[in-house]
Amino acid sequence: MKQKNKFVHPYIPNSASFNSEQIIQALGLKDIDELYGDIPERLRFRGKMNIPPAMASEQDLRKHLVSILNKNTTCEEYISFLGAGCAHHYVPAICDEITGRAEFLTAYAGEPYEDHGRFQVLFEFESLMAELLDVDVVSVPTYDWGQAASSSIRMAGRIAGKDEMLIADNTSPDRLKVIKNYCEPVMKITLVKHDQKTGMLDLADLKSKISSITAGVYFENPAYLGFLEEQGDKIANLIHQVNGVVVVGTDPVSLGVVAPPSHYGADITCGDIQALGNHMYFGGSMGGFIGTRDEEKYVMEYAWRLFGIAKTSVEGEWGFGDVAYNRTSFSVREKGKEFVGTAAALYGISAAVYLSLMGPKGMKELGQLILQNALYAQKGITSLPGVRLRFRSTNFKEFVVDFSSTGKSVAHINKALLAKGVFGGMDLSQEFPLLKNCALYCVTEMHSKPDIDTLISALHEILK
Amino acid sequence: MNIQRVNRVRNFHQAKWDEEVIFQLHSPGERGIIVSEADQEIQQEVGNGISSLPSHLIRKEGPALPEVGQMRVLKHFLRLSQHTLGADLNIDIGQGTCTVKYNPKINEVFVRNPKASKLHPYQDQGTIQGALQIMYDMDLYFREISGMDRFTFQPSSGSHAILIMASIMHKYHTVRGESHRDELITTIFSHPSDAAAAAVKGYKVITIFPDKNGFPDIEALQKAVSSRTAGLFITNPEDTGIFNPFIDEFTRIIHEAGGLCGYDQANANGILGVTRAKEAGFDMCFFNLHKTFGSPHGCGGPAGGALGVTKALESYLPVPLVDYKEGKYFLNWDNEHTIGKTRSFFGPFPVILRSYAWIRSLGEEGLKEVARIAVLNNNYILKNLTAIEGVESPFPGGKHRIEQVRYTWEKFYHQTGVDIHNVIFRMCDFGFHLWTSHHPYIVPKPCTIEPTESYSKSELDEYLDALRYIAEEARKEPETVKNAPHRSVVHKIDESWFDDPKQWAITWRSFLKKHGDEFKRKA
Repeated sequence: MKQKNKFVHPYIPNSASFNSEQIIQALGLKDIDELYGDIPERLRFRGKMNIPPAMASEQDLRKHLVSILNKNTTCEEYISFLGAGCAHHYVPAICDEITGRAEFLTAYAGEPYEDHGRFQVLFEFESLMAELLDVDVVSVPTYDWGQAASSSIRMAGRIAGKDEMLIADNTSPDRLKVIKNYCEPVMKITLVKHDQKTGMLDLADLKSKISSITAGVYFENPAYLGFLEEQGDKIANLIHQVNGVVVVGTDPVSLGVVAPPSHYGADITCGDIQALGNHMYFGGSMGGFIGTRDEEKYVMEYAWRLFGIAKTSVEGEWGFGDVAYNRTSFSVREKGKEFVGTAAALYGISAAVYLSLMGPKGMKELGQLILQNALYAQKGITSLPGVRLRFRSTNFKEFVVDFSSTGKSVAHINKALLAKGVFGGMDLSQEFPLLKNCALYCVTEMHSKPDIDTLISALHEILK
Repeated sequence: MNIQRVNRVRNFHQAKWDEEVIFQLHSPGERGIIVSEADQEIQQEVGNGISSLPSHLIRKEGPALPEVGQMRVLKHFLRLSQHTLGADLNIDIGQGTCTVKYNPKINEVFVRNPKASKLHPYQDQGTIQGALQIMYDMDLYFREISGMDRFTFQPSSGSHAILIMASIMHKYHTVRGESHRDELITTIFSHPSDAAAAAVKGYKVITIFPDKNGFPDIEALQKAVSSRTAGLFITNPEDTGIFNPFIDEFTRIIHEAGGLCGYDQANANGILGVTRAKEAGFDMCFFNLHKTFGSPHGCGGPAGGALGVTKALESYLPVPLVDYKEGKYFLNWDNEHTIGKTRSFFGPFPVILRSYAWIRSLGEEGLKEVARIAVLNNNYILKNLTAIEGVESPFPGGKHRIEQVRYTWEKFYHQTGVDIHNVIFRMCDFGFHLWTSHHPYIVPKPCTIEPTESYSKSELDEYLDALRYIAEEARKEPETVKNAPHRSVVHKIDESWFDDPKQWAITWRSFLKKHGDEFKRKA
C-alpha cells in the first residue's frame, strides 16, 4: 500500500516501501497496523504527539544543535575554579580516541567470546584501579561516587552484621542524600561531628557514638571540602576494635602522591572516576568504584559485577567472565545483593586508558602539579585583605575560602568574577549554614600561573 | 566483489591478536604521557608541593601501574576494541530487551563539542542556558510520548529509575501515614531490577507468573493484592514480546487497593505513539535513553532513565528540575516532598543530549515509524524463525508480538542434543550476538531477539540465514556446533575459577598471587 510522500528516514532502512512491502506481503498483511491488533482500542493512542516535525537532514540537525550548544559558555572560555566532585582535568587524546571507537561505544551484553575485548578492558580497569588503591578486588564502574558509597555502606552493614553507620557530618551533602535514600531502609545513619578548626573528624564524638550496633564508619579523604583527614589510622583502630568496617571515599587523582585509604585501615575504598580521563560533561560523566581485599566474605557482598580472568581450552590462552555471578540481581532478582544495572562502563574504559598512559610517574607528577598550583592559589588568595582559609589543614586540590571579613557575600563576589571571565569557587552558604560567606575553590593541573594570577587580581579588584 | 553465498553465511573470523593484559606490556622507564611541570615561579614560591603533605600521608611507593610507551598503549586498546563486537559492526538483533539500534554518529559530534563536554554543572546558570534548554525540551517531548505530566532525567539508567520510582512510592505512602504498605508486586517477565531495586527500598517482592496464554496471571495479581500493597512495577510488552491487553485492569486493581503503578518502559520501542502510560493507568513510568532513544550502550554505560510522573506525584521528584520563566531556563530545587537526590548533579548529560538529537532528527512521524517498523521487523523474524524445525515461540499470547520475541529451542535440543548455548557460541563464528533470557529461565532453552527498526530486510535475512545454517549444522555435524566458537577471539572458557574463592582472580595482581607459579607466558 503505497502512500504519497511516504516518510523515509536514514535510521529506518525498512521505511523504504521496497523493503516494507516485501515483509508486509510475506506476513500476509494489508497494513502494518494489523500487527497492533492485540492492543485494545481503549488503550490505543490515535492522536498526534506535540513533538516538532522531523529534522531528517543531518545538516539541519547539526545547525540546530550547534545553535543551542552555543548558548553555553565553557570552562575553556572562562577560567573555572569549580569542583565539588566534578573537576576540570586533562583528558589525553588517546582516551578520546579509544572511547570513540565504534566497537567500545556500541557494545553491550555479548558473550565473553565475541565481546572478549569488553571483558578484558574492564578487567584491566579493575586491575589498574586495584594498583592505584592498593587493593585486590575492584568492581566494574557504578553510577557515581554516591552510588559506590551507598553500596559500600550497605556492604559494610552485611559484613559486620550490624546496622548503624557513622558518617562524617561534613560529607558532601548531596552524597549524603544519595546515601540516606539508598541505605536508610536497612541502616541507621548517624552523623559524627567535625573539628571546626581543621574540618577533620572529631574523634571524641566518634568514640562516644560507637556502640554495639555500629557497623562501621564512612569518611572521605581528601574530604569534600578539600582537606586531608590525617587521623585515618586512629579512626580505623577505633572501628576495628568493635569489629566494624571502615569505608573511605577518595579522589583517585590524589593517589599518586597521597597514601591510599587501604594504607590507613580502610576495608572498603570508594570514589569517582570522572577525573581519570573523562571530560566534565556538565556533571554527566561520573562513575563510581568500590575496592576491597580478596576475601570471600567481602567479594560475596558486592552488588556490582566483578570480571575475572580464566583459562580456556587452549593452553596459554586467557578468557574472562563474571565472578560469583549468582550473588547479583541478574541471577536471582530480589534475592541478590541490592541491584545491578547498566552504569558507566565507557568512563571506566577511559580511566583504564588514562592510568595506562600515566603510569606511576605520571600520577606522581600530576599529584605534585596539583599540589603546587593549589598551594600557590591558596597563598595568593590569603594574601588578600580579609580573606582566609577556613580550615587549618593541608588540602589537596580544593580548599574552603572564608570571605566573612570582607563584608561581601560569595554570591556578590562570584557575580563580579563572572563579569571578568572567571567562575569563582562554589558558594557553600546553602549546603553548610556554618560556612556562610565561604566558597569551595578547586585548582587542578589545568590552571596556569596566569589563570591563578587573574583570579587573585580580580578578587583584589572586587574586594577593594 | 561478490561474496560467495553458497553457504549463506559469511566466512567471518573475528580479530584475534592474542593480546596480553596491559601489565604484561610493562617496560620500566617507558612513558605513555608526560605531565606538565608547575610554572618555575610557582615552584620557587611553594616548593615541591609533596612536602606540604603530612608525612604519614605521603605515598611511599608509587602505585604499581604498568609503564608503557604511548603508541603501545594505543595499539593495546585498539586491539581490545577489535576483540569487541559493537553494534556498529554487526546485525545486532540478538541482544533482546537491550534494544540495540543505530546510534547516529552525528550525535557523537555534538557530545564532543566543547560546548557540551567542557561544562561544569555549577556554572552560573546564565552560562548553561543551552544545556538547560535541552533538558527542558526533553521533559516536554516525553510528556507527549507518555501522557505523564513531568519528567526528570536524573536517573543514571533504567534500573536507577526503578530505584527512584520505589523511593517516590515509599515517600508517598509515608506522607499519607500508610508506611505499613511494604509489598511490591511485579512479574517474572519484567526486568530483574523491577524486583531488586524495590527490595533495596525495603519492599517485600511478590512476583506474578504467566498464565497459560503468556499474560501475567491476573488472578494471581488479585490474590497478591492487599492492604499492604504499595504498588506494582511492570513492563509491557513483557520480555516475551507479548502485550498484556488487561494492563489497565491491572492498574485498576492496584489503585483500588491503594497502591501506585510504575511502568517499566524499557520495552517501549514498538509502542511509541501507539499506546501510552497514561491511558494504561500508570502513575509513573520510565524510558531507557540508551535503548529506545538511540544513545549508545558504551559496553555497559553511561546510560539514562527518563522518569515521568502524574501531577499527583510531581512534588516527589528528585531535585533539581528544569523550569522556564521569562525567557530563562533555570534549575529549581524547590519541590515540596522531594525524595532528595539520587545521583550527583543533574543527570547523564551526554546521554540526554544524544537522545534529544535522536528525537529531533526523527520527529513525531519518525518516532511512530520507528515503532511500526520495529514491530514489522520483529514479526518477520518470528515467522521465519519459528519455521525452523524445533524452534518455537511459547505461549499463544496474542495474534502477533510487539517488538521482540522470546523463543524456545527445547524441542530442538531434544531432537539434536544441541543446546541454545552452543547455538549462541556458534553465532559468534559468523559475527553475531545471540542472548538467552533474564534469569530464571521460565521459557526453557530460551533466546530473545529484538530486531528494532535499524536493520534492512536483507540484514534480517542474513541473520536468519545464519540461524538456519546452524540449525542444519546441528543435525548434520553437531560436534561443530557443540565445540563452538571456532572463529572468535578465544576458545571455550573454563568457568571453574569463577565461583571458587581460592581460584577467582578479579585483578591481575590477584591472578599473579594465586596462579603466578603456573602462569608461564613468553614475554
